[in-house]
Amino acid sequence: MRTLTHVTQKKQRNFSLFNSAEILGKKEKIIAILLFGCGVFTILVTIGIIVSLFSETISFFQRPEVNLWAFLTGTTWRPLAATVVPENFGIRPLIRGTLLVAGISALIAIPLGLGSAIFLSEYASSKLRNVIKPLLEILAGVPTVVFGYFALSFITPILKKLLEESLGIDVNFFNAFSAAVVVGIMIIPIVASISEDAMRAVPRSLREGAYALGATKFEVSTRVVVPSALSGIIASFIIGLSRAIGETMAVTIAAGATPRMTWNPLESVQTMTSFIVQVSFGDAPSGSINGQSIFAVGATLFIMTFLMNLVSDLIVKRYREAYS
Amino acid sequence: MSINITEDLQGTYKERLIWRKRVGQIFHIFLLFSILVGLFMLTVMLVDIAFNGGSWLRPELLTNYPSRKPEQSGMKSAIVGSLIVIGMTGLFSFPVGVGAAIYLEEYAPKNHLTNFINLNINNLSGVPSIVYGMLGLVVFGRMFGVFSADNFISRWLSGFADLNPTGGFVLNLFGLDFLQIHLPFGRSMVAGALTMSLLIMPVVIIAAREAIRAVPPSIREAGYALGTTKWYAISTLTIPIAMPGILTGMILSLSRAFGETAPLIIMGAFTYVPFLPESVFDHFTVIPIQIYNWITLPQENYRVHLAAASIIVMLLILFLMNGVAIYLRNKFEVKW
Repeated sequence: MRTLTHVTQKKQRNFSLFNSAEILGKKEKIIAILLFGCGVFTILVTIGIIVSLFSETISFFQRPEVNLWAFLTGTTWRPLAATVVPENFGIRPLIRGTLLVAGISALIAIPLGLGSAIFLSEYASSKLRNVIKPLLEILAGVPTVVFGYFALSFITPILKKLLEESLGIDVNFFNAFSAAVVVGIMIIPIVASISEDAMRAVPRSLREGAYALGATKFEVSTRVVVPSALSGIIASFIIGLSRAIGETMAVTIAAGATPRMTWNPLESVQTMTSFIVQVSFGDAPSGSINGQSIFAVGATLFIMTFLMNLVSDLIVKRYREAYS
Repeated sequence: MSINITEDLQGTYKERLIWRKRVGQIFHIFLLFSILVGLFMLTVMLVDIAFNGGSWLRPELLTNYPSRKPEQSGMKSAIVGSLIVIGMTGLFSFPVGVGAAIYLEEYAPKNHLTNFINLNINNLSGVPSIVYGMLGLVVFGRMFGVFSADNFISRWLSGFADLNPTGGFVLNLFGLDFLQIHLPFGRSMVAGALTMSLLIMPVVIIAAREAIRAVPPSIREAGYALGTTKWYAISTLTIPIAMPGILTGMILSLSRAFGETAPLIIMGAFTYVPFLPESVFDHFTVIPIQIYNWITLPQENYRVHLAAASIIVMLLILFLMNGVAIYLRNKFEVKW
């Protein structure tokens, strides 16, 4: 027992792969270094992402035909136009399309995901929970291309019937709304499972205290559990939104390929991800302006989702209520 | 007077209680609604796909190559491509992912580097899959262009390597066909599998860490008490006990990679592949890309029916993989 505590203390106090009481012998050291290499490898992946995205992006902006300011502020995205001028490389229509789809899908997924999480954590019996959770996991595991198919074969025809035939509102066959609906359904399980984890971490005593004061189940859920788990819940919203922004196949299939500055969800739009797929599918040669433009768009996408993930991490760290 | 006040309060309390309970009931209905929407949509989606594709589910779908006639089109090359890519993804990501998990759970000291690795893994799991495709394209597909330009590496290699007709080099070290190496990897299955391994790495690491953490410390301590070294205790006690959990997480991550489309499209997988791959450096396609390709075609037979039938095949394979994972978990998992 004494040696054990000695070992654990040593581990906490000062640890070195080369100079440790636990790792003796050459073989042990080689293995420890190999495992350390596996851990560091994940950092190399991040560096690889940054280097590969930004090296191509920089050579894109070094071209005379484009400039960074026009790229960030321009409202026309026509990379395939005959005349290659900076005015044709304004990314804002793609960002607008992305935000339109992601925004609507968040409007769908946030209330439904939070509702599902409250239901699973507070209302459902453990029996019901054991049935519903795997079903939500199945929903989360369905490949995104299937959601795209569903949008085209089911959601869009219903939209057309509801809006175009009975109300006379024009609905494009490829439209942002049906893409947003399926993306919303897709991220319900993500929002639900992260929020539910946060809510289940709220200690029972808090709930019991509120019940003892005569609160109803609704009041306990909304005024005790949800505020206590708020950091995790908000993190789940941000993670869900960032998934929606990075979502590719469903949006590419259902939302169309028309870069457009519009807030009308019934029109065809193009998102950043679907532009990248469109160019890659068309087999743009490396080094061409199109082949490089996807990296500029990809870098923009990466920065957006990276910042969102970072913010959600910070929220969880900064505002986590520590229950022990 | 005072009695009246209490009665008033009692009255308002009772009225308010009724109202509060009603709000609670409405809220309960909203919760039921929100959980049912997701499940309802899942059901509708499966029924819609079964309805559209059920009658097109024929043996030709598994035995034929894609063709001009939807009735004779199959996805043999896509199924084979998917299985090979997923198999190689497993081979690549298992050692590194599990190694990183062992390091983080058993070896890592509490310092800034470890915190940074943890933060980094969290962030990697949130990077959109399409970005991994671009990473794979540059790093594995083109290898930063070092073999294409007329630079010193190319000149050095051209001494003893054959030029590949499609660009790059072919190294044939032992004169055996299946051992030849193409540089850069280009639009091959190796490049696709390496890309996919990076994509699922964070998930593999997180799942393996959970499995390792679930092994109680007393097991390790028993090993130490017998005088074993650290690695001996880990490799003979911790890892075998954690293995069912690690494998379950591995299969679940692979089933995620199985359904991924975007990274392989960016990486340059083909859509029309009327042959079976002969080596891992061959061109390839995978099931989701084949489905995407059919969805984008104008003819209804491709767009609606054939796509739905192939989605059924893909979902069946996915359910099979998940079933194996759940079986492994239930059969071999040790409860403490």
